[in-house]
Amino acid sequence: MRCGDFRQTYAEDMAIFETPLPRVLLAVFLVAVGTLPFFASSLWLDVVIRIFIAVIAAMGLNILTGFTGQISLGNAAFLAVGAYSTAFLAGRLGLPFPLVIPAAGLITALVGMIFGVPSLRLKGLYLAVATLAAHFVIEFTVSHWEGVTGGVNGISVPAPKLGPLVLGGDRKLFWLAFALTALLLYFAKNLFRTKVGKAFVAIRDQDISAEVMGVNVFKYKLLAFGVSSFYVGVAGSLLAYQARIISPENFPISVAIDQLGMIIIGGLGSVVGSIFGAVFVTLLPELLRLLTGSLSDSFPQLQGLFAPLKMGLFGLAIVLFLVFEPDGMAARWHRIKAYWKLYPFSY
Amino acid sequence: MEFFLQLVLNGLVIGSIYALVGLGFVIIYKSSSILNFAQGEFLMLGAYICVAIMTGANVPFPIAFAITLGFSALLGVLMERVLLRPMIGEPVISVIMLTLGLSSVLKAVVQAIWGTDTRPYPELFPTTPVQIGPLPVSQGYLYSLGSVAVLLVLFTLFFKLTRAGIAMRATAFSQQVALSMGISVKHMFALAWSIAAVVSAVGGVLLGGVRGGVDGAFAFFGLKVIPVVILGGLDSIGGAIVGGFIMGILENLSGGYLDPVFGGGVKEVAPFIALVAILAVRPYGLFGKVKIERV
Repeated sequence: MRCGDFRQTYAEDMAIFETPLPRVLLAVFLVAVGTLPFFASSLWLDVVIRIFIAVIAAMGLNILTGFTGQISLGNAAFLAVGAYSTAFLAGRLGLPFPLVIPAAGLITALVGMIFGVPSLRLKGLYLAVATLAAHFVIEFTVSHWEGVTGGVNGISVPAPKLGPLVLGGDRKLFWLAFALTALLLYFAKNLFRTKVGKAFVAIRDQDISAEVMGVNVFKYKLLAFGVSSFYVGVAGSLLAYQARIISPENFPISVAIDQLGMIIIGGLGSVVGSIFGAVFVTLLPELLRLLTGSLSDSFPQLQGLFAPLKMGLFGLAIVLFLVFEPDGMAARWHRIKAYWKLYPFSY
Repeated sequence: MEFFLQLVLNGLVIGSIYALVGLGFVIIYKSSSILNFAQGEFLMLGAYICVAIMTGANVPFPIAFAITLGFSALLGVLMERVLLRPMIGEPVISVIMLTLGLSSVLKAVVQAIWGTDTRPYPELFPTTPVQIGPLPVSQGYLYSLGSVAVLLVLFTLFFKLTRAGIAMRATAFSQQVALSMGISVKHMFALAWSIAAVVSAVGGVLLGGVRGGVDGAFAFFGLKVIPVVILGGLDSIGGAIVGGFIMGILENLSGGYLDPVFGGGVKEVAPFIALVAILAVRPYGLFGKVKIERV
């Protein structure tokens, strides 16, 4: 009997699935998620789609911040760019969604790369500050460019359609969001097995050393901004399709902080961490709402405390994770997996 | 001309508060290389606590003010001791996120206790305006400008003359050298955080007095002050003061003259546009130190 797994080729060493079991488990998980629209209530289906959107956005941010080490506070603004591009392309030009979503992603990628140019000179704190400025500049543009964005009143977005197919309502939109999430996560997972992904990680670990080793730092930093913003743009596009009406109020700076929170809580530089973090941060207010709802009979004043409780718990989660589990839920997940690998004979 | 002067004066008043909050920022950055995104929450908390003590316990202003300052000092030390010290040596993103998480928690605490409505401030300053040249100037402006000037002079003297101030500058210069000279770097970090919290609280109370009320929007000052410290140079105390006044005047002038063109909101975004320009041309600011990086 073979015990342990032995890798004899480089390809085996690089494999995503080391053994057949995780492959089966993943397939079971995907099928389980796929059955959700058949029994989940519309309230929870809405939450599930928001989780998908959050996963895509968090994955995008993680590519930039977690894998390439470029801190970005501009994610809410990039989300807005994706959403408004969708509103324009789908609403004004009437394009079908297979064109709109990639186009929204590409437009956002372009905007992201423009704001990524300062990253050649700036790093760390300064880059965080520059992207913060990008947020406010884009926010100002969005709320004042009334011809395209509808200003502060917002703009409506039609349901995603392709010829006779119209994906109106959460139950149909689910499949689009699910497919896109799976596709983009698959791409991200593979990205870091390629030269480009390795270059990103090299820049994160030591940019000057990476340059010395022959990595074109500026090119790959820009590329990281582009790929990351593409993800965020796709997330913004889905968000616009789900919300159907978007206004600058959908994209405050707190959205960018939420997304940074997701990758901190989930785990920087980890694909699975982006999923965990997005699920955690999106579910936190929902579970809190359930809790305050069920306790509202005995503690009626709890209802008014919902907003501060949500904000406080989110902040507290970030602080506690940073102090006690700086590598996030992904690290805990790997530890749990390692434990079960040799169960019951750990050690 | 009168409009222009009025804008400049408004700019000076807001700028003086920027200078105070910026001072707190720079002190923390200089001593511990942490950009504190929770600075605006310190300001808001200070403003709320002062008004709560004054109206709730019916205490005269000077005593309430003193209690506020004491509380802020304590809060600053506590933050440093409990949260920031485990972060020494962690990557920049972790430290930034810690201060952002902290700002969420502080905002939540304020909202849970005092709600989201604007709380009116009692009259701190006499209301009759003073005539300066052609301009009627409200006395609150003069008081706040004056007290900020006094504070800034006091801090300059503190850093030049006192033992603790010199020790803090030594820590900022080089932590290793400071340690070898027998300075407790940990104590200096704690002192830096408490000073930052105290100056922000002073800024908050003054702002509350000038505006006549305090609400959640005060926390936004913490973000608005970032262009200020970048302009002045992140590690320059004098830079924060100069930057504060420049940004205050800049945002009021651009707001006053460009708002009719763009239909409002220019005042909020102007410092950030300036920030982009500064970062493109001179990222280390007016008086900041240029860092040379080696592998």
